[in-house]
Amino acid sequence: MTRSILLHGLVLAALVALEPVLSEYHHGNLARIMVLAVYAVGYNMLFGYTGLLSLGHAMFFAAGMYGCALLVRLAEWGVGPAFAAGVVCALAAGVVVGFLALRTIGVGFMIVTLMFAEAAHLGILYYNDYTRGDEGFTIPQAIRTVAGLDLSDTTTRYFAALALFAAALIASAAVVQSRTGRVLVAIRENEDRVRMLGFDPFRYKLFALVFSATMAGAAGAAYAVLFGYAGASFAEVQYSILPLLWVLLGGPGTTLGPLLGTVLMFYLIDYASGTIMPGLAALVEAQTGIAAPGLASAWLLMVGLALVLLVLFAPRGLLGVVRARMVPWLP
Amino acid sequence: MVGTMCLAQRPTMTVPIEQLSATGLVKDFGGLRAVDVDAFALHAGEIRAVIGPNGAGKTTFVGLLCGRFPPTAGRIRFEGRDITGMPAHERVGLGIAYTFQITSIFGNLSLYDNVALPAQRRAMLDGGGDVRARAMAALKRVGLADRATEIASAQSYGHQRLLEVAMGLALGPKVLILDEPTQGLADSEIAAFIDLVREVARETTILLIEHNMPVVMALAERITVLDRGRILAEGTPEAIRADAAVQAAYLGG
Repeated sequence: MTRSILLHGLVLAALVALEPVLSEYHHGNLARIMVLAVYAVGYNMLFGYTGLLSLGHAMFFAAGMYGCALLVRLAEWGVGPAFAAGVVCALAAGVVVGFLALRTIGVGFMIVTLMFAEAAHLGILYYNDYTRGDEGFTIPQAIRTVAGLDLSDTTTRYFAALALFAAALIASAAVVQSRTGRVLVAIRENEDRVRMLGFDPFRYKLFALVFSATMAGAAGAAYAVLFGYAGASFAEVQYSILPLLWVLLGGPGTTLGPLLGTVLMFYLIDYASGTIMPGLAALVEAQTGIAAPGLASAWLLMVGLALVLLVLFAPRGLLGVVRARMVPWLP
Repeated sequence: MVGTMCLAQRPTMTVPIEQLSATGLVKDFGGLRAVDVDAFALHAGEIRAVIGPNGAGKTTFVGLLCGRFPPTAGRIRFEGRDITGMPAHERVGLGIAYTFQITSIFGNLSLYDNVALPAQRRAMLDGGGDVRARAMAALKRVGLADRATEIASAQSYGHQRLLEVAMGLALGPKVLILDEPTQGLADSEIAAFIDLVREVARETTILLIEHNMPVVMALAERITVLDRGRILAEGTPEAIRADAAVQAAYLGG
C-alpha cells in the first residue's frame, strides 16, 4: 500500500519536474497527453479492471466536450461551470447507456456501445447549426480563464492538465485498491461466481461504466477548455478505439498503464504521420511512379497494425508484463 | 449487533423444519424436461445427498433452488418465504450458498482474496464485521490458512476444491449446496473432506450432490434419488440401498 502511494507520487512528481525543462513542442504534447490519459484511465476502469470492452467511449468524451463547449458558445457560461456541466453530461450519458447496454454481454455489449456512439456522432452532425459539425468551433482565448488564471497560457495549461490527471489517477487507484475494486476484478475473472457469492454484478458493472464515462467526459471537457476547440471528429469511432489501444499498450488493469500507453502511442502516431507514412508514400512513388498522397496521411494504418500486434503478442500490455515478471505488487 | 450475532449462530433445530422446499418444480430446455419434481423439502440441520445417474438433472435441480436458472414452472420457498422469482445473488444474501461442480475459483487472485470476497459480502449483509478475520477463519477450517498469500491457480486440484468450499463457508450460509465436491480428490483427501463436512453440518444444512457412494453413505442422513429429472426415491441410506427401483436404475443391482 505504501509502496503503491510512493510510486504514484513519484510519477506525478516527475510530471511536475518535467514542466520547466521540456521544449515547447513536447511541452504542448505532454499537456495534451495528460488530458487524453484521463480518458484512458477511465477506459481502463471498465476494460482493464472490469473486463468490459466498449467500442463507444467517444460518445462520453464528446458528451463532456460538447456539454462544456456548447454552454460556453451558446449560453455564455464561464469555462469553470461549463466544465462541471460537461462532466455531469457524461455521467448522465453513462447512466443511461449503462442501463441499456449492460443488459448485453461480450460482443453484444461492443456492438450496442458502438451503435450508441454512432448515433451520438450523427446527432452532432445533424444539429450542425449548434455544433458546426465536422468543422467544429473554437472557444475564444479571451474567455478561457478560471479564477483569474489564463488557461491558454502554456504553463497554466500544463499544470491544469496535470492536476486533472492527478485527480483521475488517485481516484482510480483508490477504487481499484478498495473492496469495490476487488469485486470489479472478480467480475472480470468470473462473473457467474461473483453472483453466487451474493454480489449483484449489474450494480458493479454500472458503477465501473459510469466512473469510466465520467472520466472520459472530464477529459473531453478539459480538452475543450484547455485547447479551445470542439469538433465532431472527437465523436468518431477512432476516438473510441484509441483509448482501447492506449490501455492495451500500457497494460490493462494497471493504474499507470493508461499514462504509459497514451504517451507511447501519441509519439508513435506522431512519428508515423510525420515521418514513416510520408516516407513510405515517397518510396512507393519512386519505385512505381504512382503517386500515393493518401498513404502519407494514413496514420490510422499504424494504429490498426499496433492493435493487431498487441492483441496477438502482448495482450497484457507493457506494465502487465512488468507485473507478471518483476513487480508483483504493481497496482 | 446482538441481533446479527443471533442470526449468524442459529440454535440447532430439534424438530425437522422445512427450510428449503420446492413444489411442482419444472425446468425445460427446449423440448427436454430436465427437472420435474413434485415435492422436495430440505430440513434445517440435516445432511441431504442428491444422487442419480449422469444426466439425471441433479445440477439443474439445485441450480433452480439457488437461482442460477429460472424454473419453467413451480414454486421455491425458503424459511417460509416464496423465493421463486428472487435473483441468485439475493438468495445468497438470505443464506443459500452454492459451490460449483467445475472448480470456479478466481485463478489469478491469492487464496486470501478468493475468500475475502464472500467474507466482504457477509460483512456488508451484516452491516459490519471483520472481513480479514472471517476470511482467515474460512481458510483455516479447510486447512489452507498457511497458504493465504499464494495464487489460487498454482494450487493442487484438491486444494482448489477445498478453496471452493472455503468460499462457500466464508458466506456464513444457512444452507450450503455442494456440487460433487469430492470429484477428482485422492482417497486421503476424501477422508479429511468427510470430517470437514460433518463439522460444518453442526451449524449449517448441507445439500450434497455426490457420485462417490462411500462418501454419500458416510455423510447423508437422508438421500434423494433423481432419475430423468424426477425423484425416484427418498429415504435413509439403508432404505435407499434396499430400494429395488433404485438398484435397477442406478446402483446396478
